Amino acid sequence: MSLTTDDVRHVARLARLALTDGEVEELRGELSAILAHVEQVREVATPDVPPTSHPYPLVNVLRADEPRPSLPPDEAVSTAPEAEDGRFRVPRMSHSEG
Amino acid sequence: MSTTTSVEQATRYEAVIGLEVHVELATRTKMFCGCAIGFGGEPNSRTCPVCLGMPGSLPVVNGAAVESAIRLGLALGCEIAPTSQFHRKNYFYPDMPKDYQISQYDVPICLRGELRITVDGRERTIGITRVHMEEDTGKSLHVGGSGRIAGSDHSLVDYNRAGIPLLEVVSEPDLRSAEEARAYLAELRAVVLALGISDAKLEEGSMRCDANVSLRPVGHTVFGTRVEVKNMNSLRSLGRAIDHEIERQTRVLTAGDPVVQETRHWDEDAGVTSPLRSKESVDDYRYFPDPDLLPVEPDADWIDRLRAELPELPAVTRARLAGLGLPAPQVAVLVDTGLVRVLDAALAAGAAPALAANLLTNDLVGWAAANGTDPADAPLTGAALAELVGLVADGTLSTKLARQVLEAVLGGEPGGPRAIAEARGLVQISDTAELEAVVARVVAADPAAAQRVRDGNAKAIGALVGAVMRETRGRANPRLVNELLERHLHP
Amino acid sequence: MHALLTASAPELLALQEAGDASAVDIARAHLDRIAATDDRVHAFLHVTADAALAAAADVDRRRAAGEPLGPLAGVPVAVKDLFATCGVPTTAGSRILEGHRPVYDATVVARLHAADAVVLGKTNMDEFAMGSSGENSAYGPSRNPWDLDRVPGGSSAGSAAAVAALQAPLAVGTDTGGSIRQPASLSGLVGVKPTYGLVSRYGMFAFASSLDQAGPFARDVAGAALALEVIAGHDPLDSTSIPQAAPDLLAGLERGVEGLRVGVVAEFLATDGLAPGVKARVEDAIQRLGKLGAELVDVSLPHAQYALPAYYVIAPSECSSNLSRYDGVRYGLRVPAETAEQMMAVTREAGFGREVKRRIMIGTYALSAGYYDAYYVSAQRVRTLVTRDFADAYRRCDVLVGPTAPETAFRLGAKTADPLSMYLNDVFSIPSSLAGAPALSLPVGADERGLPVGLQIMAPVLGEATMLRAARALEADLALDPVPSGANALEAPRP
Repeated sequence: MSLTTDDVRHVARLARLALTDGEVEELRGELSAILAHVEQVREVATPDVPPTSHPYPLVNVLRADEPRPSLPPDEAVSTAPEAEDGRFRVPRMSHSEG
Repeated sequence: MSTTTSVEQATRYEAVIGLEVHVELATRTKMFCGCAIGFGGEPNSRTCPVCLGMPGSLPVVNGAAVESAIRLGLALGCEIAPTSQFHRKNYFYPDMPKDYQISQYDVPICLRGELRITVDGRERTIGITRVHMEEDTGKSLHVGGSGRIAGSDHSLVDYNRAGIPLLEVVSEPDLRSAEEARAYLAELRAVVLALGISDAKLEEGSMRCDANVSLRPVGHTVFGTRVEVKNMNSLRSLGRAIDHEIERQTRVLTAGDPVVQETRHWDEDAGVTSPLRSKESVDDYRYFPDPDLLPVEPDADWIDRLRAELPELPAVTRARLAGLGLPAPQVAVLVDTGLVRVLDAALAAGAAPALAANLLTNDLVGWAAANGTDPADAPLTGAALAELVGLVADGTLSTKLARQVLEAVLGGEPGGPRAIAEARGLVQISDTAELEAVVARVVAADPAAAQRVRDGNAKAIGALVGAVMRETRGRANPRLVNELLERHLHP
Repeated sequence: MHALLTASAPELLALQEAGDASAVDIARAHLDRIAATDDRVHAFLHVTADAALAAAADVDRRRAAGEPLGPLAGVPVAVKDLFATCGVPTTAGSRILEGHRPVYDATVVARLHAADAVVLGKTNMDEFAMGSSGENSAYGPSRNPWDLDRVPGGSSAGSAAAVAALQAPLAVGTDTGGSIRQPASLSGLVGVKPTYGLVSRYGMFAFASSLDQAGPFARDVAGAALALEVIAGHDPLDSTSIPQAAPDLLAGLERGVEGLRVGVVAEFLATDGLAPGVKARVEDAIQRLGKLGAELVDVSLPHAQYALPAYYVIAPSECSSNLSRYDGVRYGLRVPAETAEQMMAVTREAGFGREVKRRIMIGTYALSAGYYDAYYVSAQRVRTLVTRDFADAYRRCDVLVGPTAPETAFRLGAKTADPLSMYLNDVFSIPSSLAGAPALSLPVGADERGLPVGLQIMAPVLGEATMLRAARALEADLALDPVPSGANALEAPRP
């Protein structure tokens, strides 16, 4: 498995990481090596083996619909890098989502 | 038929429409945390480490939201999945606290249902692909510029809405016109209201609708390129947006151009759609099962209990109300506004159907429109309506005075209809002795009119009736007044 | 050496009950030790001295008043900086959370407080628990008290270093693929990774949600068992928490290994790269178990070799999603930029270290369209195979044993250039992590350089009591001095 720098840049964009050119080049090599290693999983992962996503099997873990106290509003934004009028302030958004 | 028209002009297109509807659930708490759901209040006052996506916080599923999903699925005739899972939909956006949305992906809770709609007297069955559970995002306030995202200087995020449970109902692309889309959305809304799982207000965003619209030449079976249209916040706006989009795509195709696969934003004021973002730039959502959450596996007992508890659905309600002799347009208003709940409570308390229905669809709906509120929010209980109907039925109130009493009740006046009517002196005079005296005075005061009546001019009695009503400030029982005058003048 | 510093947690409880030491004496001794030694060990990122002394004074007051006290009353505990502590800086060893003060306590922290433990502060760690040496901390590495030129192991580097340096009798760490066991092995400590779901993850900053599990470090088995009892048990705030009360781990601790079936994992001892000094000590420990009455059984975990590659798909995939929230909007670092999207990208670029970025990139790639089935789903299938291997083995034995880590403590910088060589440190610990099963590391002696070697004891899901009982029997038989040879020298001023 060998990645191109374009592959690395695409993944970095998905992951919202503004990597430097140097990092892109370094990661290209490192990720290629790691991916080559982890590809071994495909040798034994045949479709007849079901995937395990939770190590301890539980189902229907549900909560009663009963309110619990929320944070005081000033506490909610106490951790914010920037807040205004009790809201989290961010630079302008470039597009809409969802 | 002329055969000289060009090929382009001869090509006729058929619209293929599917709707994705988000329903905000009216549970007491959010989908994955115990923050209360409510309107208004300070920004970020209904948040906690979980719905703010604070490091280390973990989601726990609200059982009531799961029940709401199953109930809607059962009402739509869906299969309830024996096991369903929550997935993470990964994308970065400031209004999403974790920068992923907990949603359902390949194993949603409800699959394959249907909804019957009637347009122009023709019934159609629209397929439901799936109903799945997810969480809502926060809300951004765009500061600077026009207050829209474009041209704004910065944004302020409030996470009070973040984590409110949503059901997403995805239809098959079975709809063929704006009218059908509107009918589908209205019917889905009626089902949701009947279930009581959401207040389903399109204008306020507790029910939101996106439309996938494509065109194909009539007779073709292959789908055309699909455009997703967003931001319709009323039935009317849905209809307008789809009609506009059909026209736009028709122009594009007629000009020989391809339709671009994209998401378009409906501008209600301008009456046009414009591109929001093109599908080429769409994120790769990297769905995977949320390791913080476990599968939901409703067993047969649970599903059976929920099925047994399902309320009457709108189609059945309509038939039942028609059976009571209510006309179809009135039945439609009762069902679409959700006022049928009030009506049914009043009927249970012994109210006469026609009178009760009239007070709701004429007087209450009119009052709500004048006050700019949703009829469903009007503060009228079935018991109060039944009491008011009783006052009309036994002649205590005229229908005109009943409206005044209703408005007093809706305006928040305490005490109930009878007490209000009495306190305001509105109670109709049906006391024969009391009215006899008034009639005698009125006849004595206008001997000319009395003589005309005696001479056989039946219309002349109107002036005398009017005089009695004036003297009693409108409270005299009109039927009794007529009777007494007749008896007085034709002994 | 101050007797209060070498005492185990049960001994500290006994000293207080006998009136021979107060909780304040104990807290002060450990805070003094931290002040005297941490410039070299660098186990702590934040010491909560005032709060610790106040909590200790409260214990003393309540003891004097005859009020009931919790099971860890007056016992100092160091907490990995991955657990939310209300109002106290919690960084996860990352620049992106520098100065972050959570608005709530993790369940583990709340349970320590409820047990009247005295929390000394927050310990250093590999950034977001990604690493096996402590060198990935944004705040500089911790050092191994057995040899300050060497790493204490990781990612719970500071928790291990603090207990080994006698700065705390107990510490809490987290283990995703070996982050408690490997540093316990390298630092000569008992370190327990419990059954997945036994200890609540609420308030523990997530690395890989389906693998992360909190557990204790101690210099003795009983101390570790006591601490685990306190932090274990169902928590309704964590959906994956097992709905059972905390197990009783102390009652049967001294019952011995007579008749216990101990499986020796053939693949582990035959692994290339297993240091001879480690292999010798581990084999000796296994023979001792046999002499103590255990029945030794040869077992095989044929898919164990695929556990490491599966782990390096699953953990980065989950981490890529778990770490998305560090976007500069709600908490932590923000690097200004024109648009929100740019701000997120430059903040994350500046705030995350190399290893974290590497794993986010691997995980993002593995989950992306077209690769999901090949990587993520395949790795989940391997997880099933590894779990089945364990199930087969446990049909024939009660616990499994093998080395915890392939080698003893290595020098700082020895493995930082090659991520894969660093990953190999967890080759023996990862299989139990994938199976969600408990495992611990017990010191079983030293290699030719005098560096500690750990024996890994593994058990089936919820088999903690048996696992700890086996460890205790071996601990008693070995009777090692748990105090690092160089511990006294730490007090001396730096040359």
